[in-house]
Amino acid sequence: MPTLTNTKRTGAAKIDVALIGCSHHTAPVEIRERVTFSPEQAVAAAEELRKRGILEEAVVLSTCNRSELYGVPTERDNSVAEAMEIFLTSFHGVPRADLNGRLYRWNGPDAVRHLFRVASGLDSMMLGEAEILGQLRTAYTQALDHGSTGPVLNRMFQGAIEVGKRVRSETEVGARPMSVALAGVKLAERVFGNLKGHSALILGAGAVAEQVVENLRNRGIGRLRVVNRSLDHAEELARKMGGEAIEWSSLERVLGVPDIVIASVGGTGAVLTRALLERAISAREGRPMFVVDLGVPRNITDDAAGLYNLYLYNIDDLGEIVEQNKKAREAEVPRAEAIVAEHIAKFESWRAALEAGSIVDDLRDSFHKHREMLIREKLAEMNDVSPEERARIAHITEELIERVLEQPSQKLRRSREMRGHLAGLDALRHLFGLDAPKDEGKD
Amino acid sequence: MVQDVRARIGAIIAVHLGTEAETERREKRRYKREMTHYYLGYLSLALYIASFLCYARYLYVPDLWLGRMATFLLAGGIVMHYFALLERSRWIHTVPYNDLYGSMSLFAWLLGITYLGLELFHRQRSVGAFVTLLLIVWIVLLSVLAPNEAPPPPPARGPLFAFHVTLETWAYAAFALSFVLSLIYLGQDRVLRSRKLAAPFWRFPALDVLDRMARSSVYVGLVALITGIILGFVWEHRLSGGFSWGDPKVVITLAILAAYVAYLRLSRSTAWRGARAAKLCAFNFVVVLFSYTFVNLYLTRFHRFF
Repeated sequence: MPTLTNTKRTGAAKIDVALIGCSHHTAPVEIRERVTFSPEQAVAAAEELRKRGILEEAVVLSTCNRSELYGVPTERDNSVAEAMEIFLTSFHGVPRADLNGRLYRWNGPDAVRHLFRVASGLDSMMLGEAEILGQLRTAYTQALDHGSTGPVLNRMFQGAIEVGKRVRSETEVGARPMSVALAGVKLAERVFGNLKGHSALILGAGAVAEQVVENLRNRGIGRLRVVNRSLDHAEELARKMGGEAIEWSSLERVLGVPDIVIASVGGTGAVLTRALLERAISAREGRPMFVVDLGVPRNITDDAAGLYNLYLYNIDDLGEIVEQNKKAREAEVPRAEAIVAEHIAKFESWRAALEAGSIVDDLRDSFHKHREMLIREKLAEMNDVSPEERARIAHITEELIERVLEQPSQKLRRSREMRGHLAGLDALRHLFGLDAPKDEGKD
Repeated sequence: MVQDVRARIGAIIAVHLGTEAETERREKRRYKREMTHYYLGYLSLALYIASFLCYARYLYVPDLWLGRMATFLLAGGIVMHYFALLERSRWIHTVPYNDLYGSMSLFAWLLGITYLGLELFHRQRSVGAFVTLLLIVWIVLLSVLAPNEAPPPPPARGPLFAFHVTLETWAYAAFALSFVLSLIYLGQDRVLRSRKLAAPFWRFPALDVLDRMARSSVYVGLVALITGIILGFVWEHRLSGGFSWGDPKVVITLAILAAYVAYLRLSRSTAWRGARAAKLCAFNFVVVLFSYTFVNLYLTRFHRFF
């Protein structure tokens, strides 16, 4: 069972989690870029937050879309978020006024919910994107390696990683391509399976075509050829894409080779006709050909779509697929939220168990304090009591305290229901005066 | 004299009582096997259903361990199914194909084995849900259609004949699998062409994988079919010294052989590669079904076993 140092300060072992940050939801990129942390800065900031006594445990999560500080406050009061905000602005040298209304503050279960939603991709700009889980894992691992985490944040971040994995494996939130480029590549995989060893031909070049090529490369595409009206341009593109440049005049000759054709020739209209593609398929002995037309106006005549073993998709087709996928991902959000809620309940149960354990310790401390005072007062009046009898009285009273506390202690540790009754625990603290700081008690 | 008669009567009674006890023991053993066959049959069906559920979930959630669990359950179902068939054979003292129930059950078992082999070879689990569903439907169908009663013991035909029938059944099972794969191929092709991609589309195997799996299945089927035909001819020649070329079952089996060889050749040709070959493969199985049902029941006399 981890020891919580905030019990030393306040006497009330109420475990809290605090979070402040900004994301694409609350701040434009001009603001976000001013409060972003490099990996080294993130480690230093977490260390500094602990050194200054603002947080006992700290993790800094910083991506291109969000900068967030997570921590377990050393003091349980409302000024923690304020202190964190001051720290954030002073760390980056940003006037506080610039962040007015841009920062969000969460604590307790709300902070946990936020982290779990972030890990699941539910809070991401592109719903369900997978990258955030890796970034979150890296931020946590770094903080862990530098000793700035503790039992609470360890549990919370490990839980978040688990939630992220579950949401992606048990729901469709992270499934299906969400960009035109990826949709094109995924469709090609529906025809050829693994793209390793397959070849592609890039006609012209555009931003989306480059993204398609990048995705093809990531999937281990074999031969890559680039054809452009200007050979110099083709060579430049080929170098950039890691392929082979081909002269425009050789287009028909090489068209029969690739399994995938990405056409992105600007402002020229149709460059691939049905007849040309028919000959290409014939040269391929009927093997299927996957063609993506990213050109506007279209580079491939519409009647080519009817060719046997030719799968033709234009930019609108891909856009529509992305739109369908977006809707499908959104439809999965309630299921993902249910997983998040399940894990929040688990975390809260664990948190309550920690608190329940500490309340018994606090009660024991309180009883011992009263016992010592009582024995000191009463025994001072009893001059005829021998030292052996005094020791015996002290022993009996000590045993009495242990016996009285044995049952509630066991019940609190064993019973899940009791652990869940946080409100009940608060009442118990209030009833026994455990919610007052120890210093006040001494006074 | 009187003592002699008494002794003889005593001996007869003893033999009679012994025979009765033996018969009773045999009946008990027979009953036990019948029950074991039922229990194992239900157990294998339960494992197939569990496997189907895992494969179906795997389509939705492509978790590696879930997929492995599906394969493991299918393998378990196949093992239990084997023991069920074995117990049935011991119970009715004949090979499982001697009646419709046994024949259909053997078909299902061989379909499961063929699919498992293909799954391991191609490392592709996405069609598992369809195959296991087919298995379950087939087993439920055989429970409804075919009475599971002990058929009369058949005349002894020898191991060669047993191999002949088993291999032919295996060929039919492999062709059934290629039929399922071809149908999925055609569905996928249609969806890709329509450009209206529903949710399950992204989980199905690629056209190329389906094509290769269907071809592998047909290869398995053809090897089994050709070996089975050769064994059948050898057995017949040993029995009668000749060959019954004119039997409708022989004619249609050779036609099936030709049709699948044509499929294998055409599926690599320019004009037929892809959806057309898949259609041909699906059509070929319709001929197989015709042979398995109509020809067996109504046309052939030589190949009618039940």
